[in-house]
Amino acid sequence: MSASETPAGPATFEFTADNLALAQRIIAKYPEGRQASAVMPLLDLAQRQHDNWLPRAAMDYVAGMLGMAPIRVYEVASFYTMYNLKPVGKHFVQVCTTTPCWLRGSDEVLAACKRKLGIGPGETTADGQFTVVEVECAGACVNAPVISLDDVYYEDLDGPSTEALLDTLIRGEKPKPGPQNGRINSAPIGGPTTLIEMAQRNGVKPASQE
Amino acid sequence: MPKLTIDGIELEVAPGTSVLQACEQLGIEVPRFCYHEKLSVPANCRMCLVEMEKAPKPIASCAMPCGEGMVIKTDTETVHKARKGVMEFLLINHPLDCPICDQGGECDLQDQAVGYGFDRGRYGEEKRAVKDKNLGPLIKTIMTRCIHCTRCIRFSDEIAGVSVMGATGRGEHMEIGTYVEAAVSSEMSGNLVDVCPVGALTSKPYAFTARPWELRKTESVDVLDAVGSNIRIDTRGGEVLRILPRLNEAVNEEWISDKTRYAHDGLKRQRLDRPYIRENGKLRAASWEEALALAATKLKGSAPEKIAAIAGDLADAESLLALKDLLGGMGVASLESRQDGSAIDATSRAGYIFNSTIAGIEQADHVFLIGTNPRWEGALVNARIRKRYLQGGLTVTVLGPRVDLTFPIEHLGNDATLLNAIADGSHPYAETLKAAKKPLLILGSGALARPDGAAVWAAARAVAEACGLVREDWNGFNVLHRAASRVGALDLGFLPAKGGRDLAGILDGARKGEVEVVYLLGADEIEAQHFGRAFVIYQGHHGDRGAHRADLILPGAAYTEKNATYVNTEGRAQHTRQATFPVGEAREDWKIIRALSGALGKPLPYDTLQQLRKRLADANPAFAQIDRVTPAAWGAFGTAGAVAAAPFTLPVENFYMTDAISRASATMAECTEAFVSPAVAERTGTHG
Repeated sequence: MSASETPAGPATFEFTADNLALAQRIIAKYPEGRQASAVMPLLDLAQRQHDNWLPRAAMDYVAGMLGMAPIRVYEVASFYTMYNLKPVGKHFVQVCTTTPCWLRGSDEVLAACKRKLGIGPGETTADGQFTVVEVECAGACVNAPVISLDDVYYEDLDGPSTEALLDTLIRGEKPKPGPQNGRINSAPIGGPTTLIEMAQRNGVKPASQE
Repeated sequence: MPKLTIDGIELEVAPGTSVLQACEQLGIEVPRFCYHEKLSVPANCRMCLVEMEKAPKPIASCAMPCGEGMVIKTDTETVHKARKGVMEFLLINHPLDCPICDQGGECDLQDQAVGYGFDRGRYGEEKRAVKDKNLGPLIKTIMTRCIHCTRCIRFSDEIAGVSVMGATGRGEHMEIGTYVEAAVSSEMSGNLVDVCPVGALTSKPYAFTARPWELRKTESVDVLDAVGSNIRIDTRGGEVLRILPRLNEAVNEEWISDKTRYAHDGLKRQRLDRPYIRENGKLRAASWEEALALAATKLKGSAPEKIAAIAGDLADAESLLALKDLLGGMGVASLESRQDGSAIDATSRAGYIFNSTIAGIEQADHVFLIGTNPRWEGALVNARIRKRYLQGGLTVTVLGPRVDLTFPIEHLGNDATLLNAIADGSHPYAETLKAAKKPLLILGSGALARPDGAAVWAAARAVAEACGLVREDWNGFNVLHRAASRVGALDLGFLPAKGGRDLAGILDGARKGEVEVVYLLGADEIEAQHFGRAFVIYQGHHGDRGAHRADLILPGAAYTEKNATYVNTEGRAQHTRQATFPVGEAREDWKIIRALSGALGKPLPYDTLQQLRKRLADANPAFAQIDRVTPAAWGAFGTAGAVAAAPFTLPVENFYMTDAISRASATMAECTEAFVSPAVAERTGTHG
């Protein structure tokens, strides 16, 4: 990885006043002399401020703020895949394709993205609205397959529901987060399958879908 | 003091010793890539695995401290199998390009693959390839060969003090580099080539030049600064192909500066290969007989008070003594070895050497730098201060221009009169100095070359005395010289005798015609116009400033071409050894002077180097103590007086070109272009 593989980006970067105050609060969490520990939250903050990607100026800015050699910040930023060193679309569609999601049909999800947006993993639409990437386990296997998008999880997807999800975004609306197949959180589909007898014994209604 | 058993041998080691170091004490070889004695221990290559009793799996011996009752086995089947496994993984992505690799023949990976490698690979996938990086004019990179030991990262971080190297990306995509394309701007960068255990970082000027087994290795000493770094000169035929550091814990540990390492290509350019005589304004080649006869005529033809000699920065002690004996015997009093105009003299040896010794820096808890940039005037001294700084508890205060020294400093400003104020206790910094347990003062040679140099020298002595830097068990007064010849010349008293002229006097006399003959022993730092109409005899090895002005040139030998004695800034006498022969008709310097004495009809009483060295030891016992520093008795020196308010200036403007050899070096010119010129342009705003 070297800087020549990423776009130059702006020449300078600075936190907004709000973010600067937040950054200072983050730095204050660490003991004196250990400010460098704040590098990851600060990079995240910078990324959020800068259209979800980190230009070199932002990394240098964070390095200066924490008194670190710039290369130490480049090392961190290039190691973690959740820092984007290249510009990404407005909606950053992270499709989980690790084994559980894959077994539950993540290929379908990716195919739906391709159908709807015309882009494969790692690509950005021409209008800069969408970037689709494959990610490793998103940690929501119980609702596989999942997409992590703009800090929200969309779960229990299949081809059509992915397309519907993307349609909502294209219309400029915010889709309902969580399972897209009517499940409540991670409760079983079609009603409870366990503890039914106990509920009956106690004279209560078993938990149901609706 | 834990006791442990290694391969059935019981031994007791100091607490904190690692298993690998304990093995080394027993002479048991443990293969390693990432571990390096002078660097921190990351334990990431896993090559040094050994078996430890009661441990479920092999342990990395470099990172395992010795414990009481440990039982270590280094030569079992498990150990071999584990190391073979590690080696197989290392070789998965390593290219099989040893035949075209410059590291071939001295490669840790190649050597250890012989012991632990397998004769065929089981890896059928595609190997990974990594883009090469541009690290500047000194270091060539072939990054596909990198095995990610991270020694280079740790070296630049810890020793060189410039955090530019790093590992970016992760896993399969991890790469060592600088991320942003940048040359490694450090005066120590050449050592990256040495620490790299494979051929990923190799020497750019040396690329595709020779194989290690073709080279003749000569152990010698560097003379391009006054540190006296121990070096190994590798030659083939009559050519110096490369210079490597040689371990000397007291001086340079195992590092050398880039100038020491790379300036040797200057030995092939601009050389004076035969005597020359200036006729009608032009130099013509001459024979030795002719040249020596002319020199003798000129020296005989002038009265002793009209003759002067100036010794340069690369002059060895043998030739200095021979010249002093020769001219002194004729009654010449105007001998000068301080061509920078320094006020330093030989009144007290403790006044002109680095009393604490370079290794002694590690005991100091406070360093006071006066008018010096040790990074450029003695790179290894600066590296030693940084080493001490990293151990913790060291503070550094600077009086003089502010420069980046790779460690934090307290800046007192650049008002030279503060020296007087500190000495009389009226400046609060005096209390800091007094409070320090082992304070150390380093006086730059540039500070002594000011017009009020004698007063600066005396003021520094007053500071040392007033603030308790000089004690029974500790002498914290140090002068950091830049010229390899300086301490030797002072030890021999190559200075104006009674009634003699000093540098200013000689130049003034030459301008006025009062000095008719000037003998330059490799003196190249004086502008030609200063010599007026005097007849200039230049003895030296490069066609630099001195030779350009000379009326008679006697070709001498460079430091790689003679057995000579140099005294470093600590007062440590060391010998250079002849690695190649002088070019053409050039001769060893003391022999030229001996021959000249014959032509003058006053032969010097030594015919062999042994006799001359005996005479050296008689002249000053320091020359009998090779590679040792004898503590010097404290005495008075300098001329007490008010120090002028003028700010200190740094004497070295370009680290890469400070003498006739480095000025002739193409590599040093490239370094100047890459590292010094951009900085100067930035400062003066003439860039672009």
